[in-house]
Amino acid sequence: MIVNRRILTDDMVARIEALASRYPTKQALTLPALHIVHDELRHVPLEAVVEIAKLLDLAPAEVQDTLTFYQFFYQTKPHGKVRAFVCRSISCALRGGEQVLDHLCEKVGIKPGETTPDGTITIEPAECLGACDFAPCMLAGNDLHKDLTREKADAFLNSVGRQNE
Amino acid sequence: MKPSDTFQPVLLEAAGIKDGFSIESYRSRGGYAPLEKLLAEKEPAEVVELVKSSGLRGRGGAGFMTGLKWTFLPKDHPGPIYLCVNADESEPGTFNNRILMEDDPHQVLEGIIISAYATRASTAYIYLRYEYPKSWDALQKAIDEAYEAGLLGDNIHGSGFSLDIYLHRGAAAYICGEETGLIESLEGKRAWPRIKPPFPAIEGVFRKPTVVNNIETMACVAQIARRGIEWFRSIGIPADPNNPRDPGSYGPKLYCLSGHVEKPGCYEAPLGITARELIDCFGGGVWKGRQVKAVIPGGISMGLMTEDELDTPLDFTGPGTVGCLGLGTAAVVVIDDTVSIVDFLHNSCRFFAHESCGQCTPCREGTNWSLRMLERIRAGKGRLRDLDLLVEIGDTMGMMPGSTICGLADGAAWPIKNSITKFRDEFENYIKQTNPTGYMETDPVPALPIVTTH
Repeated sequence: MIVNRRILTDDMVARIEALASRYPTKQALTLPALHIVHDELRHVPLEAVVEIAKLLDLAPAEVQDTLTFYQFFYQTKPHGKVRAFVCRSISCALRGGEQVLDHLCEKVGIKPGETTPDGTITIEPAECLGACDFAPCMLAGNDLHKDLTREKADAFLNSVGRQNE
Repeated sequence: MKPSDTFQPVLLEAAGIKDGFSIESYRSRGGYAPLEKLLAEKEPAEVVELVKSSGLRGRGGAGFMTGLKWTFLPKDHPGPIYLCVNADESEPGTFNNRILMEDDPHQVLEGIIISAYATRASTAYIYLRYEYPKSWDALQKAIDEAYEAGLLGDNIHGSGFSLDIYLHRGAAAYICGEETGLIESLEGKRAWPRIKPPFPAIEGVFRKPTVVNNIETMACVAQIARRGIEWFRSIGIPADPNNPRDPGSYGPKLYCLSGHVEKPGCYEAPLGITARELIDCFGGGVWKGRQVKAVIPGGISMGLMTEDELDTPLDFTGPGTVGCLGLGTAAVVVIDDTVSIVDFLHNSCRFFAHESCGQCTPCREGTNWSLRMLERIRAGKGRLRDLDLLVEIGDTMGMMPGSTICGLADGAAWPIKNSITKFRDEFENYIKQTNPTGYMETDPVPALPIVTTH
């Protein structure tokens, strides 16, 4: 059976294959491959799972099994253009992390874990981001936002093109 | 009064130095010379002996003797042997590995190369949590520099020893910090911890002998190679001569101070500093002039110390003497007197309910039901009986009661048991006040749906 590649681009495949020499098994490429696809598409649709499985000589169920274990990966639809993790673990919670999370969500009219209807931003509660020296904190893309206040949260929303509702 | 007046930070020596993360800076501070000397002069077994006799205990949380762990590898194994470096730091309150990787990645790399030489590992994987993109960049740059300098790759400095180091990115799962969960994840599977034995030293990643060590442990190895055993053993708390099973708590330690202090941060001190000294000498005191209500000694799974227990030495044995699980990651979280202990326990239970991997029923169900009960108590429907039920859950899940494969459930159970023991009055008053007509009920009640995990 010939499956036409539709989701994984040549570039993605090349990047996955370039990592192959690092591991003695192909299955070890599962997480790196999921990350490569997820970084670009902001989700890993089922078709991509089938293609990854084919690339790694695995059953699609094996890739799907790994994918669904890590709640990190989106599947049915992409997360927002910006994905913001707001820490709610103890050190941040003690310094107002949960209030910042609620404030952000309220401002853009979504619940924690949701994406705005225009797809601009996803706001998720996160467990400890390992930046307790800057509590409360948030990781948005690769940027760590430190010592958050409502004002800083508002400035962040403006910077990603979300004005107040 | 500062216990650290004569103590010189070494693990954090790059902090504040311009471009301290570069290979030039690291070399100018004496870095990599010890590695080159070891490669030229010592056999791997001698390096194992060096680390073993230093008394270094793993900095990841369990405090197992690092050198002893290495001796469990099979002798004369044809290879390959793998070294997995655990940078999945996710215990709430902990960020010392992040600081080391960002500020002084070459110190970490030197420790990894020395450890790989000692254990005859030819490949090292650094399992780095997703949440540390800056650490990723810093480590990758350092690895590239090390390859360029001939410190990694084939036949390092003509020693015949070859090593490759690869970064492997996690996907935001706490359980990947458990060493066999990490191994499963690295193999591309769900991170379900393995039943032991076999221990990783016999059969680890890709079914080969494997050592799993923490980032800070690697940095300590580099410092032991540079400064020697006597230096290392001159710091910390010596072994108790009356307890043959106490290996002592030697060396410097990174303490992560956070929560309600004026100056949160990562501070290096001799093992055995007290929480009170940390708060007063480094943390600038409790914030807003308030009082301490409780302190987490080493990450949330260790439980709480009360105000009158703050003079307990934070070494590998101290926290255990006041009913905590142990030193853990030495993440000291200060909680002031305005915080409700019910809110604390709710936060803890929510974390573990979210992070339980679901493999063992007692943990999957225990963490989730304890969260549901805390949700119900906070909704004004608590009953005094719930406290006994919570303690019962705590008593029955974990490796200690023998009902789970890994220690996550012990870490989930400890804050429950420990905080209800130490703050029972406050829990009872809260329940009586918020549920004045129903707090004595004992009939089964439906749980409230969990609304705060996703």
